[in-house]
Amino acid sequence: MTDLNKTGAAVGEPVAGERPSDAFLDVRDLKVHFPTDDGLVKSVDGLSFSLEKGKTLGIVGESGSGKSVTSMGIMGLHTAGQYGKRKAQISGEIWLNGKELLSADPDDVRKLRGRDMAMIFQDPLSALHPYFTIGKQIVEAYRVHHDVDKKTARVRAIEMLDRVGIPQPDKRVDSYPHEFSGGMRQRAMIAMSLVNNPDLLIADEPTTALDVTVQAQILDLIRDLQKEFGSAVIIITHDLGVVAELADDILVMYGGRCVERGPAEKVFYEPRHPYTWGLLGSMPRIDREETERLIPVKGSPPSLINIPSGCAFNPRCPYADVPKDNITRTVRPELSDGGSGHWAACHMTPDERERIWTEEIAPKL
Amino acid sequence: MLAYLIRRFFAAIVMLLIVMLVTFGIFFLIPKWTGVDPATMYVGKQSDAAALEAVREKLGLGDPIFVQLFDFVKGILAGRDYTGGGSTIHCDAPCFGYSFRNEQAIWPVLKERFPVTLSLVIGAAILWVIFGVLTGVVSALKRGSLWDRFSMTVALAGVSLPIYFTGLLSLAIFTYGLHWIDGQYVSFSDSPGGWFSGLLLPWITLAFLQAAMYARLTRATMLEVMGEDYVRTARAKGLSESTVIGKHAMRSTMAPILTVLGMDIGALIGGAILTETTYSIPGLGQAVLRAIGERDLPVILGVTLITSAAVIFANLVVDLLYAVIDPRVRLA
Repeated sequence: MTDLNKTGAAVGEPVAGERPSDAFLDVRDLKVHFPTDDGLVKSVDGLSFSLEKGKTLGIVGESGSGKSVTSMGIMGLHTAGQYGKRKAQISGEIWLNGKELLSADPDDVRKLRGRDMAMIFQDPLSALHPYFTIGKQIVEAYRVHHDVDKKTARVRAIEMLDRVGIPQPDKRVDSYPHEFSGGMRQRAMIAMSLVNNPDLLIADEPTTALDVTVQAQILDLIRDLQKEFGSAVIIITHDLGVVAELADDILVMYGGRCVERGPAEKVFYEPRHPYTWGLLGSMPRIDREETERLIPVKGSPPSLINIPSGCAFNPRCPYADVPKDNITRTVRPELSDGGSGHWAACHMTPDERERIWTEEIAPKL
Repeated sequence: MLAYLIRRFFAAIVMLLIVMLVTFGIFFLIPKWTGVDPATMYVGKQSDAAALEAVREKLGLGDPIFVQLFDFVKGILAGRDYTGGGSTIHCDAPCFGYSFRNEQAIWPVLKERFPVTLSLVIGAAILWVIFGVLTGVVSALKRGSLWDRFSMTVALAGVSLPIYFTGLLSLAIFTYGLHWIDGQYVSFSDSPGGWFSGLLLPWITLAFLQAAMYARLTRATMLEVMGEDYVRTARAKGLSESTVIGKHAMRSTMAPILTVLGMDIGALIGGAILTETTYSIPGLGQAVLRAIGERDLPVILGVTLITSAAVIFANLVVDLLYAVIDPRVRLA
């Protein structure tokens, strides 16, 4: 925690046993496992991070890296509404505002959902109920947590729609989701999630399902609203461009674990993990030469049932043989601090990585 | 919404006209093309030439097809006279035909029997919707549990066991064995209590067969809906699980159930033959069964028309309800 004070970074290495945390959101050793017929799917396997109010954390990774599972875990959505025998196995600690959520009574967590922590989903068309008007859905979200009559809640809903930039909110409040355009729908979704002034807003791929032209508008809106409400924001995305715009800190996930995290400019300009290099190499950039090709990360995401031993990234890592004694295939690397709150989990020494980055990777980007 | 209503309504009317044409074709044209004298079907086997000729004349079978069709439609809308063989029979509107064999118009028969069948089907429908949907929802929420397996096994049995088995079994136990229920149909105006107790077993038996299907349908739909994003959104809003299921998930689950319900009610009005026969209920099904046995063609024709009208009407109601449930339908 001392690091935090020195650098002012929002992300620090939480110390086990020191509880309750004074960080606003503190996730410690979060594990979310799903039993299936084929075996235990370890979607999130030991993830820790913390986040302060007013800060934005970008969680980046490819499909199946555990980004969404993490956000659902924080919201308590893996245990809510689980029917049947196969239940998600969740362990670790999630501290929100000094309250531990995983050990809390599910009904208490339910009361926090939508009020203290809210979520924006990827595809607003499927995330909004097709049979209810936008207004009704926002009114409902407000009235779960506020003891007010429908009229007052409706006024509040119109106010929120106006705030997120929906024209003629007093008319549009009675529209159905299918009568909105994609961007308007996502605005309505944001209005609904912010109706209770949540302290924590989780945006799970908020722009993935939208037109490119609308994406920037939505990101601007999220940024403006965060400034206005002072909430902590987690943006989950596979698009580095999105976090580059918004995030104070970046957490890169691979195979259910964090492989690198730190202040955004550090992770962007001095990345210290080969997987992050791969992500940067596969991202199109406006300042890149037209003739240059994107460099994909070779191979495919790891099986979450049989996560590769050692470093989960080793089968795809071009530098897996740089460290000696085959250690990348036998020992799982822990996160280590490279200074300034910039952590990475790699067996290569910081010097080796710095050299590879500056000499081999950076010139190609 | 209004445009949708008007469109549906006109579609229903056009459908009725088509059904009328097709029915007319089946009963008047096809016999002609296949060389069968339709008159024989109206009089019966043991008929002499004079009687045949009289019927032929009365029905106007010698007239051009379009005249016959006009008379047929006019009969339904305004009534008609059957003249021939020196006598005239008047048939009041709506004239769905005249049974020369039993010397009576069809409409009064239909009018008397239709409410009987309707009360059988509606009563059973209320039962099967309540129990079928409830069972399906609970099974979906407790998927893989003992309750789920048990109720789905019972549901499978319900689907597989025919009415004449479960119906006779219920009669054997409750009416003839335990003497709990008299089991005789009494009309509502004669005795509401007797009407109720007379229909109780048929209701339960018919509902058992249908509830089984609805339980399975509800379970499957519910499981699908529970995986929808908007159900997750409802939870993310902090709604209680009862609201998530009862309001958000149920609303979507009801849509396909409603569709099937409309078709089932429509179909059963003309086809509850087994139930009506097993319990001796004087409804349309029983009438049509007797008519088939006696080759009393006008009755079959009348029931066919009234059944088609019922199916079309039930589907019209379903379409309207569907638009109430799903706002997207109003655009279609």
